[in-house]
Formats: sequence, structure tokens, C-alpha cells
Amino acid sequence: MDLTAVTIPEIRQGLLERQVSAEEVVRAHLDRIATRDQEVRAYLSLSPERALEQARKIDRKMAAGQALPPLAGVPVAVKDVILTRGLKTTCASRILENYVAPYNATAVERLEAAGACVLGKTNCDEFAMGSSTENSGFFPTHNPHDLTRVPGGSSGGSGAAVAANLATVALGSDTGGSIRQPAAFCGVVGMMGTYGRVSRYGLVAFASSLDHIGPFGRSVRDVALVLQTIAGRDPMDSTSADVPVADYVAGLDQDVRGLRVGVPKEYLAGLNAEIGDNIQKAIDLFAKLGCKIENISLPHTAYAIGCYYIICTAEASSNLARYDGVRYGYRSRKYSDLRDMYRQTRDQGFGAEVKRRIMLGTYVLSSGYYDAYYLKAQKVRTLIARDFIEAFDDVDVIVTPTSPIPPFKLGEKMDDPLQMYLADIYTVNASLAGIPGISVPCGKTKSEPHLPVGMQIFAKHFDEARLLQVAHAFEKAGGFAIA
Amino acid sequence: MALTEKDVRYVAALAHLELAEDEVKKFLPQLDSILEYMQKLNELDTTAVEPMAQVTYPAAENPALREDRPGPSFRQEEALGNAPEPAASYFKVPRVIERE
Repeated sequence: MDLTAVTIPEIRQGLLERQVSAEEVVRAHLDRIATRDQEVRAYLSLSPERALEQARKIDRKMAAGQALPPLAGVPVAVKDVILTRGLKTTCASRILENYVAPYNATAVERLEAAGACVLGKTNCDEFAMGSSTENSGFFPTHNPHDLTRVPGGSSGGSGAAVAANLATVALGSDTGGSIRQPAAFCGVVGMMGTYGRVSRYGLVAFASSLDHIGPFGRSVRDVALVLQTIAGRDPMDSTSADVPVADYVAGLDQDVRGLRVGVPKEYLAGLNAEIGDNIQKAIDLFAKLGCKIENISLPHTAYAIGCYYIICTAEASSNLARYDGVRYGYRSRKYSDLRDMYRQTRDQGFGAEVKRRIMLGTYVLSSGYYDAYYLKAQKVRTLIARDFIEAFDDVDVIVTPTSPIPPFKLGEKMDDPLQMYLADIYTVNASLAGIPGISVPCGKTKSEPHLPVGMQIFAKHFDEARLLQVAHAFEKAGGFAIA
Repeated sequence: MALTEKDVRYVAALAHLELAEDEVKKFLPQLDSILEYMQKLNELDTTAVEPMAQVTYPAAENPALREDRPGPSFRQEEALGNAPEPAASYFKVPRVIERE
């Protein structure tokens, strides 16, 4: 039995039947990482002692006849924008190259309390800014399905780690698609809950009104199990929602017959045929499962990219003002005075994309441009959110492609930031509205080298149970392997 | 092109970024095309639309603020642990106030 190609219930069964120990599961992953990750490069740093110590704790519980916590012995990878006490948390940025987190993110705290074993920290675009993981300040990650291509981003390391069996599940962060798009590119499941569903405490801030922590897994059930563990009110995050967390796993096998599946025309017009074919087959599968397919319209879709990049850069320029070389992180060795120290530190510490976004954000917030850009974008955000609220009067879920294009070659889009931004066209809308979204695999492209295609499902605020139920029904019906 | 090199340098200064000459040259057309793309929002009449600053949702009770009770916090050495220039019990910065 390959201990790395397993799901959470399989690990649990193996432990309960005493076929494997948690330590063996963790060691199998560390061994695989030692070889396979030399070419995938999903991890920035590893934490073998922490993972093994946790695994041995689980094994002792088992030996003592104690009940196992829900994620006992589950190897998890954590995106390096999420704080892990005592481990480096770099945000894939030179400016935080030596930063050691003094506390755990709530999501990490809850995962470890549930028995999960943190294997290490995964690569990403610097400060989660990007759609390919090429903006990492250290090195790019490669798509496990084709090493010459990007894994998507910004949580590309987490997506690639799960796809290459270098972790069973992973945490990522999603601001405008940073979990869903790499999940699509890597052929795994990735989910962003409703804004506020998962505490952001310990997530390094990029755009606070849009940031989420969420799970990656190879099955919908694994994603549901992780979300179940990390979701819920946290007194340390004032924006975390005081809304009860449903039993996501219990609802997975409910019948989807009669559910109304909305297909927005704006997401299909002019779509890449390789992707469009798979999405059409996915829609046909939902019809076969007894769902009612409804054609709907989300009329402000085309404005989402402009709106998103104004709001996220504005918030980023404010959030990243804290990197000044005073309290933590890198400080330039050469400077003339305090102000020069700030400028030299930030110039040497930040990469090009981070600087570009700080510049854009500063511009749209600056005197004379605030109303024309920032206020305008906030108003358009209202219209985009309203599109979804009105659509959900008529449908239960909405189905779309996750990405307009299949995984592209490393280096292909690096010189054209606007083209890179436009690749987020199907993911940023849900982020702006604050609704939950999941990306699940829906087959592969027809042409060589047969790259993964992702389908996205949206539900209304706090309807994660419905989202997971529909995604699970699709998986069970063979939707992940659409030919 | 609407944006100028002067604008780029001005915004860089506002953001405390020291941009090299070649970075200014590289960023100018990139920022200009992105800002031009953002003009697309002006196709929409939003005079009667309220701005959305935060995702809001109907919840029975949403106590945004927790009770103000003292709890465990960092020890001084933890709080100073990541300082780029460690000093005994404070963050060290270059001289800010000049002596006459």
C-alpha cells in the first residue's frame, strides 16, 4: 500500500485497524518529498520534527486505547503566508526570509488540535500576489502533471504538494482565486468558504476584505473534513462569522435530484474550446444526476477584474506599509537616515509584482484619484455582489470554469502583468461577493499533454454544505475523470 | 499614455519605494495599461449605488468585538525575536532626532 496516495478516511481506517502507524504515514511522505519534490519544488521549508512528534503522539494515544481525533495522522502542508509557531513563515518574500512565526494561525492551531501533522510550508507567489507561483522570491514551483508548466497561484505549492502526493491535504489562501485556480491547474479539489467562515488570524494580510484561508485535497470529502475543522467563529478575528458550522461530511451523500444548477452565459462566451468541452460535459452530467440546469446571467462579470485589482491593490498598499525594516524582517545594510532605510529596505526586500501592486494601490488611493478608482470600485463591487444574490433567488448553485486557460508554460506570462490578471476572470467575482466557491477536477484537455481542467461551483453565503454536497455528487458520478 | 515617469516617481515616494531608473521605465507602460483597463468601470453609472467596503451577511448576532479581558501575551524576548537589529529591550532604529 502506497501510504502517500491515500485519503483522510483511509489513513484513519489504517490507524484504527493497526495496519499502519501515524509515524509510518508521516515518514512515507517525508521520503517521497526527499525525491519527488526536487523536481516539483512545492515546499519552501520542511518541519519533520514537528510532524513526527505529532505522529508519535497519535500513536501513543492509539496504543493507550484513547479515541483518535478527527484528523489523526493526516499529513498537511501549509502555505507559507500562514503562521506556524516556531517555523519560518516567509510569504515567499526576501523581506521575511528569516521571519520565525511567534504564534500559530487559528487554522493551524485547530488542525494540529485535531491530530494533523504539519510537514512543512509551501511555496507561493510573494505575499500571495500572482497566478502562477512564479512571483516567489525564492524559486518557481512546477506543475506535477507537466514540469514545464506552472502549478497556478498563488497557492501553487499547496496545490502541487497535494497533486504529487507530497501531502494528503493542504492549507492555502484565496484572495481572488489563489486556492481555486491552482487546484484546477493541478487537478485537485480546492475550496474557499464564505468570507469570514474561516478565521484569518495568523494569515499574513494581503487584501483584508478579500482574504480567506481554505483547504486543498484529492477528494471532496477530505476538503469537507478540513473545512469542518478550521471553520467557525474565532475571537481573534473580528471578521470571523458567528454563524454555526454545519456538519459538512454528514450532508455529502444527500440526493442532488431537483437541485437547480445555474450556468451563467457570461462565463461561457468565447471560452477556450479545450475547457468549454469539459464544462459542457460536466453540465450534462449534472442533468443526468437529475439537477435542473438553468441558464442565468451575471451581468457585471466583465467588470470584476478591474474592480478586483483596484480594491486588492489598495488594501495591499496599506497592509504592506508595515514592512519597514524596524520590528521584523529584512533591513537594508546601507542607508543614510530613517526614511532612506525604509526605502532601501522595501526596494531590496520586495519583488517586482509586489512593488507593482503597492504602486497601483497607492495610486488609486492617492489624492485626486480616490473617487475615480477606489470609490468607483467599491460601488461596482456592490453591483457584482447583487448579481449573485439575485441569481441565488432562482438557483441553488452556479457552475463555471475555474480558469479560462489550461496551465501555461513557466515564463509565458511573466512580462505582461495585465494578461496575468485577466487569467483571474472567473475567480475574482465570488471573492468580491464574499460567497463560497470550490474548484473540482473535470477531466483533462484533449490535446497533448492532457492537462487538468477545473470546474468551479458557487453557492450563496454560508451554504458550504450545499456546495460540498454538489461537488461530492459530481465526484461520485465520475465527473473528475470526464473523458 | 496618460501616466508619466514623474507620476511613477511621485507614487513610489508616497509608498516609500526606492525605484531604480530601469524599474521606473519598466513599470510605466505596465501601470499605464492596467490603469487604462480599469477605466472600463466608468461604463457603469453608479451614482445611486452604495459602496461596499466589507462583505456583510445576515447573522443573528455578530459580536465584532470580543470582551476586553487581559490574556496571555508575548514575552518581551518573543516580541523582539524577529527584530532586524536586536537591542536589549527595544527596537533599534537610525537616529530620528538630530542633536543641535
